[in-house]
Amino acid sequence: MALQDLANADAILIMGSSMAENHPVGFRWVIKARERGATVIHVDPRFNRTSAMADVWAPLRAGTDIVFLGALVNHVLTHGLEFRQFVVAYTNAPAIINDDFKDTEDLDGLFSGWDPEQRQYSPDSWAYKSSDPKVGHEDGHGGHAKDRGGEASPMAHDPPRDPTLQDPRCVFQILKRHFARYTPAMVQEVCGVPPEAFQRVADAYIRASGPERTGAICYAVGWTQHSTGVQTIRTAAILQLLLGNIGRPGGGILALRGHASIQGSTDIPTLYDVLPGYLPMPTFAGDGTSLDSYIAKHRLPRGWWGNLDRYIVSLLKAWYGDAATAANDYGFDWLPRISGDHSHFGYWLEMADATGTIDGLFVMGQNPAVGAPNARLARRALANLKWLVVRDLVELETATFWLDSPEIARGEMRTEDIATEVFFFPAAAHTEKDGCFTNTQRLLQWHERAVEPPGDARSEAWFMYHLGRRLKARAAADQRPANAGLNALTWNYRTIGPHAEPDANDILQEINGRRVADRSLLPGFHALESDGSTSCGCWIYSGVYPSPDRNRARERKGQGRYGQGWGFAWPADRRILYNRASARPDGTPWSDRKKLVWWDRANREWVGHDTPDFGKRKAPDYVPPSGATGDEALRGDAPFIMHADGMGWIWVPSGVKDGPLPTHYEPLESVIPNQLYSQQSNPVADRKERPDNPYAGSPLDPRYPHVLMTYRLTEHHTSGAMSRTLSHLAELQPEFFCEISPELASNIGAANGQHVTISTPRGSVVARALVTARMRPLRVHGRAVHQVGLPYHWGYRGLVRGDVANDLLAISEEPTVRIFESKGLVCRIEVRGPRSEVRDPRAEVRGSEVRR
Amino acid sequence: MITAFLTDSTLCIGCKACEVACKEWNQVPSDGYHFTGFSYDNTVALGHSTWRHVKFVERTAGVAAPIDGTAGYRSNTFRWDFSSDVCKHCSNAGCLEACPTGSIVRTEFGGVYVQPDICNGCGYCVVSCPFGVIDRRPEDGRAFKCTFCYDRQKAGLAPACAAACPTQSIQFGEIGELRAKAAARIAQLRERGIDDASIYDPQHTSVGGTHAIFVLRGRPEDYNLPSNPEVPTVHLRDGWSSAAVAAGLMLLGTAAAFFMQRE
Repeated sequence: MALQDLANADAILIMGSSMAENHPVGFRWVIKARERGATVIHVDPRFNRTSAMADVWAPLRAGTDIVFLGALVNHVLTHGLEFRQFVVAYTNAPAIINDDFKDTEDLDGLFSGWDPEQRQYSPDSWAYKSSDPKVGHEDGHGGHAKDRGGEASPMAHDPPRDPTLQDPRCVFQILKRHFARYTPAMVQEVCGVPPEAFQRVADAYIRASGPERTGAICYAVGWTQHSTGVQTIRTAAILQLLLGNIGRPGGGILALRGHASIQGSTDIPTLYDVLPGYLPMPTFAGDGTSLDSYIAKHRLPRGWWGNLDRYIVSLLKAWYGDAATAANDYGFDWLPRISGDHSHFGYWLEMADATGTIDGLFVMGQNPAVGAPNARLARRALANLKWLVVRDLVELETATFWLDSPEIARGEMRTEDIATEVFFFPAAAHTEKDGCFTNTQRLLQWHERAVEPPGDARSEAWFMYHLGRRLKARAAADQRPANAGLNALTWNYRTIGPHAEPDANDILQEINGRRVADRSLLPGFHALESDGSTSCGCWIYSGVYPSPDRNRARERKGQGRYGQGWGFAWPADRRILYNRASARPDGTPWSDRKKLVWWDRANREWVGHDTPDFGKRKAPDYVPPSGATGDEALRGDAPFIMHADGMGWIWVPSGVKDGPLPTHYEPLESVIPNQLYSQQSNPVADRKERPDNPYAGSPLDPRYPHVLMTYRLTEHHTSGAMSRTLSHLAELQPEFFCEISPELASNIGAANGQHVTISTPRGSVVARALVTARMRPLRVHGRAVHQVGLPYHWGYRGLVRGDVANDLLAISEEPTVRIFESKGLVCRIEVRGPRSEVRDPRAEVRGSEVRR
Repeated sequence: MITAFLTDSTLCIGCKACEVACKEWNQVPSDGYHFTGFSYDNTVALGHSTWRHVKFVERTAGVAAPIDGTAGYRSNTFRWDFSSDVCKHCSNAGCLEACPTGSIVRTEFGGVYVQPDICNGCGYCVVSCPFGVIDRRPEDGRAFKCTFCYDRQKAGLAPACAAACPTQSIQFGEIGELRAKAAARIAQLRERGIDDASIYDPQHTSVGGTHAIFVLRGRPEDYNLPSNPEVPTVHLRDGWSSAAVAAGLMLLGTAAAFFMQRE
């Protein structure tokens, strides 16, 4: 959803995020909503700056979000509070599921299809009844692409449906049974949230539903960085679909991205398992043998993904130009193939093992020596490289791991033993280069160079362009088959300025796409073809540069409710996705208050406050003729056009690797046994357990009795490389600290400001204790559980320095997208040294009348 | 136009963007890297190198955060209040009145401005500020404080802090309009059941009102603001009267002594 649209919400639930702290500019829309009378709810282990702005705050034990959200779902279902018309018309709640499906309620924490040998699920029994041929998992596939790893079933036909939602095998009834034990009492037992707090949240949020009202949910890495991260967000999606809060003004789920253009880096990905525009990366298995087999597997017979052939062929044409022909599959064979876990952690562990498969590493806009989980392992892995290229604004910790890392200080590594050749390149800042950000709300915004970068600093585009140019020059002299793809690659950007910068306009035009014949720019992705006559670097961005004199990302005349005319929101400048759902099945708005797009009967087209995310002239009563494919095979009242059945998925038949419905599992390290099932933690999560990535015993390792979580502060940026080096920011949070409750402080005998040691099986760090009543113990499973909060911004360089919090974390992989678990691990905390050594710093400040 | 700040702490999210924007625009140096243990406040107070300062008030009443869903913005017992403090640019400014060199002047916008090329570092202003705002920079000797972004105002821009504030907690404009806005805001907050908010704009004391008006929850003292700030010069009349009386008495005494001797 669009950030601005939060202002239209009647309730906003912020969970898994401290939005006020980490997205302060976007948070203006939350404040605006609150000022207009919306209820702002924050559910978070800490009472932080976001809680301070909220009408309702409820704490919870880190890692128990699915129990809390599941209880909200259960509350909706048991009290009949769902937006029934929306649910029946626009979700797969009425769909009947295979008879052989067994729920976690039946199998004590496992779904049917579990293979204990392979430790993975076969999703066959999760499919809609009598729907499709078998679908399966493919090794190595990640979950970022359009069908989450080539697993989505084609769904050529609609499943049997029960619009009364009474059939015991329909999704609605299965959902009801699945979450029946997620009660306020369970929330109290597992999350540590008293029933009255849960009730307040439920009342405040669930009210924001129905034709006249909407509610929005905002989350960030407080939800994703868990061994159940994807399923947590799924639970939110289920709740929003039940409440009719998708595709409507002030409704939706806002994934808050943590940096400028992180959204852009998944659209045009830096991920191993996706090609631009969420096209799946081919594997060595079935889909990789030819372009035809790839298209056959991934193009869906119905829905928008029926156009996949146009997008992949146009992408190949953009990359390989004239060398891409129908005869050579448009160069499909030159694409790399997935052969294993090439995710971030996959290759870091390979590096740590010195398997010899990775010689060198480029690190750009990243500081893994501080910012990566198990940073200790990351720093040691760097020492196994032959070469390392670091490009950044400052010489950060990753570039100097061989000189001043804690391992060198502790004598665990010696500089003279490290053979890694390190190349440090100064990088240009965004003010020193032209380019484009794609932010949280899919909005492309152009920025212009204000000054030339100083000295040898250059843009990333400059570096990649000239590196590519040199590599291509080498490959041209060496025509081995291995070089064929590199030789075929188009790499002819216009260069400008004194440093021969590639023209960022040229790059964005390539992304936008052209007609091959006359190189004219395309108006949008509707113009893409699968016969090689068009090229397009990323189909969802097509339309951003429709003519040589019009860069829509650069436009700054915002108009209307969503600011159309300011930047360009992919796809097709739609600000609210699936906005067809803002109208009733017959095309009239659900209510006057919540109208967004609607069917204009007179002119027979969709009109409204946003670009319709629907066929402009597809009538509400449209019924596909038999044999129709693609978007034409979806009815006029099926808003979720990216899905083959056009419905919002309460149930995910395939594609999510740990089940069709979310289930609570305890974190990989936990202080209590799973109260819902005997299955303790996510069976499909990969712990990557090894001597340099060990785990505490779970549940309840007496050595590590507390819950640990890491997070960010407003004053710093991620690993701190951009903020600890600037005095104006460094002075605002000058020292590494941990937040603990007065109760925990008193238990361990720590005073405010005292140095304490926090340890996990991976390592230990020393931080100042910030003792505050904003942190408080929760009563969980019959005992007080303390949570230790640790901002992770400090490292061993910069104006202000401190231990690396990420040394405490484990590398682990959630099954679908391979995210690690940074919230909700366990730790020990103790006072370092005798108490008399340390005084309360507040006394020092008072005593010396500060330093002025 | 006479301008002012209206700092509405009920909209402040404690992001400190104002502190940073101020330092960037005015090229104010760091004032040290000290962890204080005072909530999230490590810059402590306004001073020679902190011209905007966000105060963090943890209203915890000495108890743990209530977990029944009542803590937060609406609570009267467990809250975390933030407020961005700044030079008040008093209508009767103690610093200006005390300045012997004429370095401190009132601008056409109503603000109080220290001309750094004239300041001789005497420090009279420092003790004359009823708010403890103006301060001498030790390594330099001269006095510094908020300039009200005089340079920006001359160019028709809002001060850097107001421009950077993401939630319009810091508003900038014509003083009469802002006073009306503040009054309307209090009424609006009351209507919503937030009854501990009030306007801080000491017009009833000798400072005669300020060009930095605040909407605060709780007592001004919680934010390091005096309820009854007075300009030191209000004591001048009393001081001079006492001196005059003393001088007269002395004169009388002396005269009397001569008279008595002759007797």
